Amino acid sequence: MHLHVNGRPHELPDGTVLTTLLTTLLTTVAPEPRGVAVAVNDRVVRAAEWPVTRLHEGDRVEVVTAHQGG
Amino acid sequence: MHVAGQELAPLWLGTGGLTSLETVRRVVAAGAPGLVTVSLRRVSDTGEGSLLATLDQLGVRVLPNTAGCLSAREAVLTAELAREALGTDWVKLEVIGDEHSLLPDVVELLEAAETLVDRGFTVLPYTTGDPVVARRLVDAGCAAVMPLGSPIGSGRGIADPHGIEAVRAAVDVPVVLDAGIGTPSEATQAMELGCDAVLVATAVTRAEDPVTMARAMSLAVEAGALARTAGRIPRRETARASSPMRGRVGR
Repeated sequence: MHLHVNGRPHELPDGTVLTTLLTTLLTTVAPEPRGVAVAVNDRVVRAAEWPVTRLHEGDRVEVVTAHQGG
Repeated sequence: MHVAGQELAPLWLGTGGLTSLETVRRVVAAGAPGLVTVSLRRVSDTGEGSLLATLDQLGVRVLPNTAGCLSAREAVLTAELAREALGTDWVKLEVIGDEHSLLPDVVELLEAAETLVDRGFTVLPYTTGDPVVARRLVDAGCAAVMPLGSPIGSGRGIADPHGIEAVRAAVDVPVVLDAGIGTPSEATQAMELGCDAVLVATAVTRAEDPVTMARAMSLAVEAGALARTAGRIPRRETARASSPMRGRVGR
């Protein structure tokens, strides 16, 4: 299936859960993903729900963390 | 000063523009800020979380911002992501009108503030030096207001001191001067005008020596706060001798 992850096209097998995607993006996801948050189609998905959140064709996934800022 | 019942030192620091995590450490140590601000951005392939880990080690409060958001919708989503990522319901709410001036879009700002207050956030909005807008933000439930001195990153100081005084007089929540400070004397001026805190980012992070400038800003803010408490003399049209006029030699 085709997704958009942080604004870029992304290809994943049907039925992939969010945690699986995140492990490809982040060096450390478990056990304490402090500092990272995820939205799918503009809705925040809490960390506890990542393992059971299945992604779907066309989903827009945003994965963000703290950067320098003013 | 206090925000939402939390006591905070009156210098707040932005981290944008610091060149290394070691500089972040030294700047925070030198400035002893009440909090530091961070932005929320898409993760990159390297280094995610390392800024936050550094700030956690320093034990300094972290305030996420919604910098760069151009609509209430974007700002609300960014605030929700920040709450999830950082475990704080405090947010420095920025909604800018365009990417050139970086000036607040107060219509979108007020809408975002109302939504976020409803959702349990402690909202600290970056706003204009307009007392009417400030009052509307406080009526919406904002915990502080953060009027700009001059445009973000411009270093032009406080363009309209009367506007800042008017905001101070209009609201009973903390006023935090945000944006435009270029040098410590301007941070002192903000406190003398009645601000409760000053947020400085570029003036420190892009100074030739950010660590020394952080220390200077800390001293400047403290001086201004003390001066405000001490009460300055009124301005006079004419001179007034401080030495006695009586008993002068030869008269």
